[in-house]
Amino acid sequence: MEALIALVIGVLTAGGVFLALRGQTFPVVLGLTLMSYAVNLFLFVMGRLAIGVPPVISEAAAGYTDPLPQALVLTAIVISFGMTAFVIVLALKARAELGNDHVDGLEHEEDRRA
Amino acid sequence: MTLLFTVLIPFAGAALVALASHFGRAHSAWAAGVVIFASMVLLAPLASLPFAGEMLIQQQDWIPTLGLNLAFRLDGLSLLFAGLILGIGLLIVLYARYYLSERDSMGRFYAYLMLFMGSMLGIVLSENLIQLLIFWELTSLSSFLLISYWQHREEARHGARMALAVTGLGGFAMLGGFLLLGHIVGSYELSDVFASADHIRAHPLYVPTLLLILLGVFTKSAQFPFHFWLPHAMAAPTPVSAYLHSATMVKAGVFLLARLYPALSGTTEWFWLVSGAGLATLLLGAYAALFKHDLKGLLAYSTISHLGLITLLFGLSTPLAAVAGVFHIINHATFKASLFMAAGIIDHEAGTRDMRRLNGLWKYMPYTATLAMVAAAAMAGVPLLNGFLSKEMFFAEAVHIAEGHGSWLLPVLVTLAGAFAVAYSIRFIHDVFFNGEPVDLPKTPHEPPRWMKVPVEILVVLCLVVGVAPGLTVAPLLAVAAAGSLQAPLPDYHLALWHGFNTALLMSLIALALGTVIYVLRRPLIAWHEAGIGRADARVVYNALVNGLIGAALRITRTFDTGSLQRQVFLFVAAALVLGVAPWLASDTPLTGSRAGLPLDAVSLTAAAALILATVATVAWHRRRFTALVTIGVVGLVVSLAFIKFSAPDLALTQLSVEIVTIVLLLLALYFLPQHGAAEASRARVGRDAAIALVAGLGTAALAWAVLTRPYDTIAGYFLENSKPGGGGTNVVNVILVDFRGYDTLGEITVLALAGLGIVALLQNLHLAAPLHDTAGRAWDADAHPVIMATLTRILLPLALMVAVFILLRGHNQPGGGFIAGLITAVALIVQYLANGAAWTHQRMASDNHPLIAWGLGIATFTGLASWAFDHPFLTSTFGYMNWPVVGKFELASAMAFDLGVFLVVVGATLMILTQLGSLHHAEPARKETR
Repeated sequence: MEALIALVIGVLTAGGVFLALRGQTFPVVLGLTLMSYAVNLFLFVMGRLAIGVPPVISEAAAGYTDPLPQALVLTAIVISFGMTAFVIVLALKARAELGNDHVDGLEHEEDRRA
Repeated sequence: MTLLFTVLIPFAGAALVALASHFGRAHSAWAAGVVIFASMVLLAPLASLPFAGEMLIQQQDWIPTLGLNLAFRLDGLSLLFAGLILGIGLLIVLYARYYLSERDSMGRFYAYLMLFMGSMLGIVLSENLIQLLIFWELTSLSSFLLISYWQHREEARHGARMALAVTGLGGFAMLGGFLLLGHIVGSYELSDVFASADHIRAHPLYVPTLLLILLGVFTKSAQFPFHFWLPHAMAAPTPVSAYLHSATMVKAGVFLLARLYPALSGTTEWFWLVSGAGLATLLLGAYAALFKHDLKGLLAYSTISHLGLITLLFGLSTPLAAVAGVFHIINHATFKASLFMAAGIIDHEAGTRDMRRLNGLWKYMPYTATLAMVAAAAMAGVPLLNGFLSKEMFFAEAVHIAEGHGSWLLPVLVTLAGAFAVAYSIRFIHDVFFNGEPVDLPKTPHEPPRWMKVPVEILVVLCLVVGVAPGLTVAPLLAVAAAGSLQAPLPDYHLALWHGFNTALLMSLIALALGTVIYVLRRPLIAWHEAGIGRADARVVYNALVNGLIGAALRITRTFDTGSLQRQVFLFVAAALVLGVAPWLASDTPLTGSRAGLPLDAVSLTAAAALILATVATVAWHRRRFTALVTIGVVGLVVSLAFIKFSAPDLALTQLSVEIVTIVLLLLALYFLPQHGAAEASRARVGRDAAIALVAGLGTAALAWAVLTRPYDTIAGYFLENSKPGGGGTNVVNVILVDFRGYDTLGEITVLALAGLGIVALLQNLHLAAPLHDTAGRAWDADAHPVIMATLTRILLPLALMVAVFILLRGHNQPGGGFIAGLITAVALIVQYLANGAAWTHQRMASDNHPLIAWGLGIATFTGLASWAFDHPFLTSTFGYMNWPVVGKFELASAMAFDLGVFLVVVGATLMILTQLGSLHHAEPARKETR
């Protein structure tokens, strides 16, 4: 199971990095979203993998997983949303002001061909 | 805490003075005078302590965990300097009142002056070295403001920048020196430093410590080779020059020499470094002063020369030389301040400071001329004036050292410097007040206003009485100040006009005679100087250095920053990879650890396969943007499944609701962006990025694997044990969020609120052309709000809100809480917008979400503040149980109020972001036509 999670995190990172390196704003936002998934998962599994032991205190519980990474990741998810929203609106603003949707704000060769 | 307030009053006074200027020009001068007077009154009762042989130290905790105290010391040396700073400061305030013209802002001038004065007082009254350094840097900053007071003048800006660069760099070096000193001594308190003087001098780090501290001292006191900033600082208004270059700024350097004298002096390194720099500065300043045609230029180099003299005295490392050094500090402050003021009067009344044009002013201003002559005679070291006394002591010490070393070079050189001092002093008087008629002056000179002369008169009288009767006037102050500097019993010395016919007197006479000869020969000398040495200008070297530095910095910046963000991201990721991979390759730790893993199951495998496929599809189809949005949604859903699987119900709920708002957000944005991505610029770039992405993915996967297969220690036990008894909740994740780490959460909802506000600001006045057709060229559906969807969502709304309330209330004990409830509420409301349109929704609920955010942040902060009322730290939570009718036993926790704040901020920010973005296309006329 650990190998599978590691693989998933790796794939998400690779996809995120590749898209973040694109020139236009929309794929960059998608890339950042993928990277947020990867980072959140990565932080979350720092508490190691455990099944069926949520950190909710009860007398019937068999045990508890580490609540700390979960608390960190919970806010990280919400903040990621705030960041994604900000970045995508920035992209809209840039498109309105600069007339193109390239991250450099310049009309590149590739945009004209499209 | 009297000393603390003495220092703080001028800082507070700066604001008062600036404010007073609104009521009239003279008001700020009066206010400044009152501020200085207040500091004096505060200090006065303590002034008798040093004379009684006591030293006062006042301490106040500042940053106790770092061992830093606010510590102030009042001994003889501090008292002398505080007196000079306040006393001459008061005279400067009076003088500047008449000096500044109608066009100059009085409030700004006096406010800067007060800031500077407070910083200087801080230096001389500090007991703690780090605190001293902070005030030291403050003098650099405030003197920058003062020197650049006439901001419209290029040379003022340039001079101020140069002064700041040189003294700032020196201050930086001095910080290093102080840290080393603190390391050696184990304390930053001066008392401890003095106590371990022998230990410091024997320490292997003594030389670097000394060098760094001296760098600070030499740059501040304009010692060779850092002297060049001082003449350029003459672009300041003359009251500033009179203050900075007589009693304060440059004296801060020699003050520190006097202050640290007991701790650092007495070694060979100290002797050669300090006296060497002092001697070079003394000679260079005295020589250069003669050849300046500008009155203030002459005084500037004379100041450099006298600072060199004082430095040389401290460098000689004999107690008697140190006494002479302290004495000369007093004398130089009085005669140089009066000379600067006289130069200012001449400039003010004659319109120029060029000595080639200022001739024969005696006729026009005989009174000012008399004052200037007395002060200049003191500067030259003429008997019956204070300058003579300290110069005699200086010559005597030079002879004393020469006798010890058997070389007569030092007495010869200092006599030569004395001769030049005589020559430039004669030039100051003879060229300006006699020597023919004025040449083409801009205005007819006359005596200045009565009160402008008063400060000069006071200082000149001081020069005279100290010179005539030193024993009756300055002797007690000199004794306590010198004792404060030495931190030891005073050597045997005698202040008197007549010491008999000795070598020092002979040297004085030779200097007077030789100086007169040099002055008589000035014309050929000036011609010779200007043809040769005079062309050399340290400013050229300085500018070359500064420009070189800026050029190099620009080249480095341009190498990495070509203005392309895409390239920046590439460099950033590549650098991260290098930093991550390199240590890995160098290490021989095995990748896999010893922790046993969980078994794989078919469901997980299927879910992971779906996630990987969806990720690959997103990457592969990212140019078909709508499709990519669908596939990335799949990724998010599988991630929330993973959270459920691995015991994180809170995360799963959050991820799920965030997923929905994110997709809605991206859909709304995509409406205004091209529906299809452009083709790639080149295959090479795709290959390169793919390779980088692959390495990044492999690296992260390996890292995750390495961590997951290793056992670890966690601090989770504390939270699990204390969640219920301490926080009153069984959902540990929620208790951490709203209680244990509530302060973090408060920060996070603030970030979210700011993101929302930032988005609103970005979207203001944004005009984007909305497409009239979909990607296939079809017009949009005329039925914007399908009836079935609209009806269903209206029924769903109360249900969804009830779920949200349920989730919010149970959050403390079961999965849920403010974040999740907020997101669910936001989704429920957003769906109304989507299904029914903004117009319909706004008729039924407020369209402005700012109050929600404000309430949320307000409630959360107030919950935190409320604990102060009960003498608990910020955000301490409390809880209790009560019996409600029907509901039964119910828990109430202050953390729930905090969670309510979180809830409101999340709802407000999310709604604000989405509705703002959504209403963008309603404002677009093109869209309306299709409806």
